[in-house]
Amino acid sequence: MDKILNTNIRTVSRLLTEGTVKTSDFVRESLKRIKETENLKAFITVTGNEAEELAKQSEKRYKNGQPLSDMDGVIIGIKDNFCTKGISTTCASKMLENFKPPYNATAYQRFLDAGAILIGKTNLDQFAMGSGTINSIYGVTKNNWGCKDDDNFYIAGGSSGGSAVAVATGACFACLGSDTGGSVRNPASYCGVIGLKPTYGLISRLGLIPLVNSMDVVGILTRTVDDTVSVLNTIAGFDEKDSTSLTKPFKKIRLPPASKMKINGIKIGIPLEYNVEYLSEEVANVWNDIASMLKSEGAIIKPVSLPHTEYSIVVYSILNQCEVTSNMARYDGIEFGLRAREDYSTEKLYSTTRRLGFDEVVKGRILAGNYFLLASNYDKYFTKALKSRRLILNDFDNVWNEVDFLLTPTTLTEAPLYKDYVGQDNRHRLVEDYCTQAANLAGIPAISVPIKLSKNGLPLSIQLMGRNLSEPMLLAVSKFIENAVKFPHFQYNRT
Amino acid sequence: MIFKNKTFIRKLSTNKNAWKSVVGLEVHAQIKSISKLFSGASTKFSAPVNTNVCLFDSGIPGTLPVLNKRCVEAAVLTALTLNCRVNPVSYFDRKHYFYADLPLGYQITQQRAPIANDGCLEFQVYTPSVHKQPYSKSVRIKQLQLEQDSGKSLHDTDRSLVDLNRAGVGLMELVFEPDLKDGEEAAALIKELVAILQRIDTCSCKMEEGALRVDANVSIHKESEPLGTRTEIKNIGSVRGVAGAVAYEIQRQIKLKESNKPVINETRAWDASTKTTISMRDKEVLQDYRYMPETNLPPIQIAIGPVRCGSLDADELRKTIPELPEQTRQRLRNEQSLSLEQSIILVNDASLLKVFEDTVLENQINSKMVANFLINEVNTLLNKKEMDSTDIIGKSKYIGEILTLLEKEDINRNTAKLLLEEILLGSTRSPVQIVKEKELLQINDNEKLEKLCRDVLEECEKAVRDYRAGKTKAFKALLGVIVSKTEGRANMKKCTNILKKLLDK
Repeated sequence: MDKILNTNIRTVSRLLTEGTVKTSDFVRESLKRIKETENLKAFITVTGNEAEELAKQSEKRYKNGQPLSDMDGVIIGIKDNFCTKGISTTCASKMLENFKPPYNATAYQRFLDAGAILIGKTNLDQFAMGSGTINSIYGVTKNNWGCKDDDNFYIAGGSSGGSAVAVATGACFACLGSDTGGSVRNPASYCGVIGLKPTYGLISRLGLIPLVNSMDVVGILTRTVDDTVSVLNTIAGFDEKDSTSLTKPFKKIRLPPASKMKINGIKIGIPLEYNVEYLSEEVANVWNDIASMLKSEGAIIKPVSLPHTEYSIVVYSILNQCEVTSNMARYDGIEFGLRAREDYSTEKLYSTTRRLGFDEVVKGRILAGNYFLLASNYDKYFTKALKSRRLILNDFDNVWNEVDFLLTPTTLTEAPLYKDYVGQDNRHRLVEDYCTQAANLAGIPAISVPIKLSKNGLPLSIQLMGRNLSEPMLLAVSKFIENAVKFPHFQYNRT
Repeated sequence: MIFKNKTFIRKLSTNKNAWKSVVGLEVHAQIKSISKLFSGASTKFSAPVNTNVCLFDSGIPGTLPVLNKRCVEAAVLTALTLNCRVNPVSYFDRKHYFYADLPLGYQITQQRAPIANDGCLEFQVYTPSVHKQPYSKSVRIKQLQLEQDSGKSLHDTDRSLVDLNRAGVGLMELVFEPDLKDGEEAAALIKELVAILQRIDTCSCKMEEGALRVDANVSIHKESEPLGTRTEIKNIGSVRGVAGAVAYEIQRQIKLKESNKPVINETRAWDASTKTTISMRDKEVLQDYRYMPETNLPPIQIAIGPVRCGSLDADELRKTIPELPEQTRQRLRNEQSLSLEQSIILVNDASLLKVFEDTVLENQINSKMVANFLINEVNTLLNKKEMDSTDIIGKSKYIGEILTLLEKEDINRNTAKLLLEEILLGSTRSPVQIVKEKELLQINDNEKLEKLCRDVLEECEKAVRDYRAGKTKAFKALLGVIVSKTEGRANMKKCTNILKKLLDK
């Protein structure tokens, strides 16, 4: 029975329609899987009771032959920085440990309206600041690949590490993550799943607890491209409650079977700037292999240049820290969340609350951001960062005159060992986002597709980027690659 | 040495080198809209504590602002009316500071690219008790920006409570250039602004509800010297408060300077009960607000002139601007033959003006008479009864009746006041009915009046003797008897003549 978790969304829909399997069977199997993989710490909150309740309603609908959509009864997970009404939403932080939002994020509401079943809230770096899922107050998320014990394991990547592991282990068919500089694609790459960062504004951000408003997108993690399409079709589209969501009506994406796809004449650029010093040989080889494969299938492969890429890390870092400073200002212990036991003065209440509620990474970014935003520093840092961001955006706009898509690595290496990773400081770890950040600065869609396993048995992935709203073709090319490489998905073995 | 300095300054100041005061105002006007600037919560005043609050207003994580179109319309209309340059593109900034009634930890405002700049406004300065006659004044507007109001903190002895009903209400902040010289000019500017905003209906201007709040920047200097250090008086809540606060502050600064003490750049508060300004001693003076663009809101785009792309069309909006106060004043003078003073007083009070226009429209009465009656009798009575001019709106029909009776000499002025009082106190009967029921008609019949006078002369022999002996005061006593005998209904003008005639026989 636990095999049903390894299928895909289309199959789930078919099984439920046929009545051979019931929604509650999926819920039961999923809860069992979560329990058995508890040591990986993919979840912060498991919503078993709520899921069972939702499953009953789903079953009733299937019985009446009236499922809400082909997502009806599909088990999903959501990163714990999306608001879920009445369900604890912690951002993996002390600050929001006791926070139960009074409303649903739009993306989750659309899942609910489609009949999807939330099985739990997944682990992340505190307030999504990080690319390791290592500083959650609920513990480190371990990569499902090659995990030996609590001391010997690879990091899941982050900050949506919990989501990636939950999908990879089969605990759910799809997970929502948030992607500000690579937080969906990075763990997808390390854990061997599909990770989509859609065009900025395609999915409503309402209810996503923000990191950087101008870069945050709701991302999707699934095991197959088709499942990503199903999820995107369910949650994308204009939301009047998010003024940055795109008003252009979203047309549902339909991909043909991979066997009928052709990529003849599609122009794919290889940006030279992504071939950096830290790029591991294995990742470089995978990058080459895929380029060669696409060329042999009729695509036109072209070396291109994005000359301002090298500035993206520093630009990203400044803008990120400034927005973090601002977005974190509301955590003062007055309206919600942690409130320190402090009655000396209101100022003291703020400072104690914030000292106790934030970890070192968050505090560091708040301090740096405040520095950049001082009236005397603003033009030196913030304005310059904005101008450089424009140059990076222009690079992409120019390159679309030459090619349709860009092919790059997602991460420079396979997943590092936790032991090695914690030796570096958080700022150094930002290099991990080298290949992914530029897409957030430019707002364009990008996807990470797992290709093969490394010598160490860890996933190696590539990234595809396209122009704004190119998701239909981006996903089609991804599906073509997926079909060609036949990545050996993680098989959960009960031991 | 100090002594020498002091006398030196004293000498200068008495040396025709008088102090010049410079006043600039910043006005926060709450936008008249059903919902808040960025949320759907109601803006209704006096709603129970914390009931006009959306999730966004309380800073719940993940919530987002959505701009209220009505607020943008109001700001653009106000900007156009104040002759500002409306910017085709403007955007919002976050202004950061920690305060318990600021749930987001920042205020969303427009610092770097406001919705409008560079306006100007001409107004009349006239306070009857201060100025012999009105004069015209012009002030420039530096910028008009949209921003959120804050909540309210209520401080108890051992705890503080927060009311977020006001948090996020849309404000227009109007920054005026320091073109004014004293409190009366400042008060006159506010009066004119209130009249304008009420005309275009973008702000209720109910200062007692905090719908319009004034900050005043005040400094003094000598003609030949650069501007002095300024102080800022925050949140002045009435027009007379503006006049009083600025006047007090100018005097305070002069006293300081004359005793050789420096004026400190600080924020002060106006205490209306003691009529003084008090230092707020806040630590905000050197605060860096770390402004940053609010990226959750796309820029506001306004179609104006050659720029046709925008979420609203300023040129269309301009067509909806009604007659403005200055135009009304001119019309009152040109078409209704009122004096400049009368036109100023009426235009400063929207309700009084409404009643004036209704009364003149509905009745064939001399418009100057109506204006006089409203400005003098009605205003005096309203003050006495502690009522507001809004209380007479819709009573123009009755006021017209009173004035018609008065004009026809069917009643005298005393009776008119009496009737007015009845009307103000909410009588549902018309003045004509009241006159009939209470038999208040003036006695105009000459025969009746002569008989009355003869009776009085017979009754008051002593007064008559006194009068004839040269005591003119006695005449007044006789008139008094007539008034009391007729309960004030006799036509006293006629009685005076008759009485004189009879006595001089």
